[in-house]
Amino acid sequence: MQRRLSTWLLLAPAGLWFAVMLVLPLCFVVVFSFGERAAAGGYVPAFTFAQYANLPARAAAFKNTLMLAPLGTILSLLIAYPLAYFLAMQADPKWRTLLLILVIVPFWTSILIRSYAWIFILGGQGLPAVIDWLGFGQVRLINTPFAVLTGIVYGYLPLMVLPVYVSLERLDKRLLEASADLGAPPLRSFLQVTLPLSLPGVATGCMLVFILLMGEFLIPAMLGGGKVFFIGNALVDLFLQSRNWAFGAAVAVTLVVIMLVTVSLYMWLMRRIGGVRDDVALM
Amino acid sequence: MQSQFDSGAKDQKANRPLVAEFRAATKRYGTVLAADALSFGIGKGEFLSFLGPSGCGKTTALRMLAGFETPTSGEVYLDGERVTDVPAYRRPVNMVFQHYALFPHMTVAQNISYGLMQHRPRPDRADVARKVDRALDMVRLSGFGPRRIWEMSGGQQQRVALARAIVNEPKVLLLDEPLAALDRKLRREMQIELQTLQRQLGITFVLVTHDQEEALSMSDRICIMRGGRIVQSGSPNALYDQPISRYVADFVGKSNFIDGRLTALSATEGQIETPVGQRFAGRVSGALPLGSKAVLSIRPEQIDLAKSARTGAEAVTVINRIFLGEHTEYLVRHASLGDLLVLVARQAEASAGSFAPGDAGFISWAPETGLILPQD
Repeated sequence: MQRRLSTWLLLAPAGLWFAVMLVLPLCFVVVFSFGERAAAGGYVPAFTFAQYANLPARAAAFKNTLMLAPLGTILSLLIAYPLAYFLAMQADPKWRTLLLILVIVPFWTSILIRSYAWIFILGGQGLPAVIDWLGFGQVRLINTPFAVLTGIVYGYLPLMVLPVYVSLERLDKRLLEASADLGAPPLRSFLQVTLPLSLPGVATGCMLVFILLMGEFLIPAMLGGGKVFFIGNALVDLFLQSRNWAFGAAVAVTLVVIMLVTVSLYMWLMRRIGGVRDDVALM
Repeated sequence: MQSQFDSGAKDQKANRPLVAEFRAATKRYGTVLAADALSFGIGKGEFLSFLGPSGCGKTTALRMLAGFETPTSGEVYLDGERVTDVPAYRRPVNMVFQHYALFPHMTVAQNISYGLMQHRPRPDRADVARKVDRALDMVRLSGFGPRRIWEMSGGQQQRVALARAIVNEPKVLLLDEPLAALDRKLRREMQIELQTLQRQLGITFVLVTHDQEEALSMSDRICIMRGGRIVQSGSPNALYDQPISRYVADFVGKSNFIDGRLTALSATEGQIETPVGQRFAGRVSGALPLGSKAVLSIRPEQIDLAKSARTGAEAVTVINRIFLGEHTEYLVRHASLGDLLVLVARQAEASAGSFAPGDAGFISWAPETGLILPQD
């Protein structure tokens, strides 16, 4: 009895936080999404599907998010995996910690400042000027999907590297000896042993990056220049600029539903191919 | 170099063709010499063990044979071919790893078929399934194929590891402390099973172990290792009866050692004198010049413990008694010789009566059972 009471007491802060800060607001958003915009902006109670019917008005934001978020995730993985592999399998243990810190160092500076840096790099006086000077003609990089993609891959790479690194680092290296002993050349050992056993890390990294990218707002705002915007930017616009809370709520609910569906699909897929348990796939 | 240490009783299988051979294989890690010019052959169908404490080079020898380590100098031959630089995945040998190293993301059957599936062109699936089933039968795990590795007990995992190796019909099966993780009873069972399996398959087994009982009970031949070298190699009996040094006598079975100096030497007999002037006769084994430091080794079971004095018997006090079932192990203290182990057979104890700690007794042994050996 004593024990149960203390368990409840310890769980109470997290539970309260979860209920008040997450479940309750989410309920509000769902209710709002069936309402209407007040004449002066804000919200008027109603029950209408009009906001959902109006979703195609923001199709571009959905399209950008649903293309660039998965693309950014995949690109991050493709860049992060070899790096994590090198860190875990090849790097001299003496240097490993230092190299890992270098991976995390960018996090010590605000993403806002780092994105500003990218504005200059990709802006007219930056990379395009160099390309022009080299004689490859004029290109525009800033305010393109390319710029946004570069920004998000840059920003989220460490989040991909770390879980993949952990899973590779924890891999029992004797399994690779066993694989070689049984006649598998290095590449096949990688495909048959290393890769499948690192999937939990890959899954975690992908989930982490993908979920955050789906809600991304800052990087598209700065490097997309209003031309390449995400659902996050649409929400800011709807709630703060147009003050169309009902429509904003409908967009937000749709985003949540899309995330739920993709994440469940993804988890189902990971379980199918890797025998990865749910909790591992998520974290 | 090695042949002079090949002590006696070259067993009847000694003249079989070699399946593997080391020629002055040396492995250096920085300043550490893990294998020091190892030269030896392994006969086809032989059960050979490398026995020694950790760091003696036995695992390095095994890993050079498997292809995980390349000798710093010297050569390794497998089945008549020079394989010194051939990577592990191209060598016709398979290993049973110390902690099994089973693939956790695969079923038992997938683990066992792993080696077969590496052949190119890919082998026929039905054929692979048949071989896997046969291997499972052999290690008495029929029907366990679809199980997951983590669903298997330690002993079962050990069998899977064994099946995964033998299914490939390797020229040499390498066993790296394969039974170390099992409990005592299971270990005995597996020892018998390994021996039976080796006879059935006719595959050459090379075992690395620090457990003398394991090596003694299973091997045709044992190489005792120390500091990257083979100190002595021979059949378990030969090593037990004719160790060439104190190190070997200490590692193969239990023994009592009495320090002294060699004071008399004939063809095979000698006499040792302890620092306090006691003299004991014994057979001389190994190269020992007269006057050199030597040690007299007497196996605990060779010592007779009696209640009354006989000529030549030494008075002792019983310190401890451990009942071991068929035997009773006594620790006795002698005024000048120190503590000695005495093993008394159950029947002998039943007829002569047992001793309790504190009791006085007299020990004696037949001079020919004592072995005079070099100090180390």
